[in-house]
Amino acid sequence: MDVFLFFLFAAIAVICAVNVVVQTHPISSALSLVGVMGALAVLYLLLGGEFIAMAQVIVYAGAIMVLFIFVIMLLNAGEESKQSKSLVAQFLGIPGFFALLVVLAFGILRLFPNAPRVRFGEFTSAGAEELGRSLFTQYLLPFEVVTVLILIAIVGAIVLARKEMD
Amino acid sequence: MEFIIITLIKLGVVMAVFMTTLAYLQWVERKVIAHIQLRMGPSRVGPHGLLQPLADVLKLITKEGVVPPHVNKLYYLLAPFVAVTFALLAISVIPFGDEVEIAGYRTWLQLTDINVGVLFILAASSMGVYGIALAGWASNNKYSLLGGLRSSAQMISYELPFTLAVASPLLLVNTLSLREIVRAQEGFLFGFLPNWTIFQGPFPQIIAFVVFLIAVFAETNRIPFDLPEAETELVAGFHTEYSSMKFAAFFMAEYANMVTAASLVTILFLGGWHPPLPREWGSDFIAPLIFLGGAAICFYHGLNPARRLDRYTLPVAGLVFAGIGGVFAFPAWKDALLPVFWFCAKTGLILFLFIWVRGTLPRFRFDQLMGFAWKFLFPVAMANLLLTSLLVALT
Repeated sequence: MDVFLFFLFAAIAVICAVNVVVQTHPISSALSLVGVMGALAVLYLLLGGEFIAMAQVIVYAGAIMVLFIFVIMLLNAGEESKQSKSLVAQFLGIPGFFALLVVLAFGILRLFPNAPRVRFGEFTSAGAEELGRSLFTQYLLPFEVVTVLILIAIVGAIVLARKEMD
Repeated sequence: MEFIIITLIKLGVVMAVFMTTLAYLQWVERKVIAHIQLRMGPSRVGPHGLLQPLADVLKLITKEGVVPPHVNKLYYLLAPFVAVTFALLAISVIPFGDEVEIAGYRTWLQLTDINVGVLFILAASSMGVYGIALAGWASNNKYSLLGGLRSSAQMISYELPFTLAVASPLLLVNTLSLREIVRAQEGFLFGFLPNWTIFQGPFPQIIAFVVFLIAVFAETNRIPFDLPEAETELVAGFHTEYSSMKFAAFFMAEYANMVTAASLVTILFLGGWHPPLPREWGSDFIAPLIFLGGAAICFYHGLNPARRLDRYTLPVAGLVFAGIGGVFAFPAWKDALLPVFWFCAKTGLILFLFIWVRGTLPRFRFDQLMGFAWKFLFPVAMANLLLTSLLVALT
């Protein structure tokens, strides 16, 4: 059952991800991306990370993608016209992509030869409490660095928006 | 097997009650608004218009579903479906009462308890905005588009104070499961004050309660924040182009969101199914007294010869009330029903507040709405969260 669900939602995620690129209309692409987020959340659930799954839906699908769609609607972006592709992209694109996949898989296998296999539902140490504890003890420095980074981004956004107004 | 059967029964009961509530909530709303405005309200279909929801449903089902030629068909049809699905989804984690024993089976009066219940409701409500945004965009109509845009902007803005206001009572109860949240509010402070999070130490969550209520009004697109469907400016906003059951789906989604939000207020701040008075003070008798009092009022007016129209209806209503009041006389049933009564009473009061506000307050202007969210609600909720966490850390 777990395996079946995994392949089902993994397939949905991949199909939606391909759809993001294939669709010419921005709204369709954005909604496909929502589909990817949703399928990813289900994969997290299968692993046993309920908190992360819900956070994924709330933050990515519920907030960021709503903002995307809001901007697309606000600008009333129409369909994109397909541009003629360069010859290199046409012939080498898909084989190159698979070659990259193979290289990545090989690299990961070489780097972590004895990594423990993932088992469904066994990843139980991802509750809100454990997550918070490790964020504020073990990973405190990266966490704080990220917050500062986000703060800089916010300040930068405001500065840029100000300049436009003058 | 046993588990599956019990769950299916619970599912059926919850679905039936929930759907009836949604239909009749609209009747209640129309009646209350009417009486606030010194009108009669629905009174033609059935006694006191009680069959009006049934007539409305029949009308909406049998109406022709018009799909305008200029819409983006896929998203136009998808939008009401998305809206109603995510609105109905949230009810599955709401606990209505304590653990009960029916015919030898022990079960919780709740469909399912997941350990991230609060987040589940937040996720479902944040996904619900897609229904409205898509409807506005796919209708290919400037009023609909404006409605959809306003709705997304409003939802994104009010999600912040909403979430911050949810977070502060969670600090007191220290769990994300809705059932555990209610259980953490059991008991009484100083012997009389209920141990609900709006009273609980070290920092009573009254501010969070008010912020949450205001944000909920915005999240459910209710007056005074119903800008997405402001009929004086936008015809009907995002659902201008919708008819028949597709329109009904949006309507149902709005009312389902209201019920979920009211339940969430009850669970997070008002102690869920716990009574507001200690048992020694006779809180067990409040429920039967209310029903028997209602029965007495119905009989008094129904047997008054001057009210000829109510000759039959009010005595029948009185009998029903008396019957419900009589149920509480059985000790075995009382223990199961009292928590449900308190939960429904609190949720009902909050729902009444929704309707009351609709009958009282005018609509905001859009810039006022945004300014209010960002310049007032957000800082207040943030300060409340910081203060709460400081006091929780110190004690």
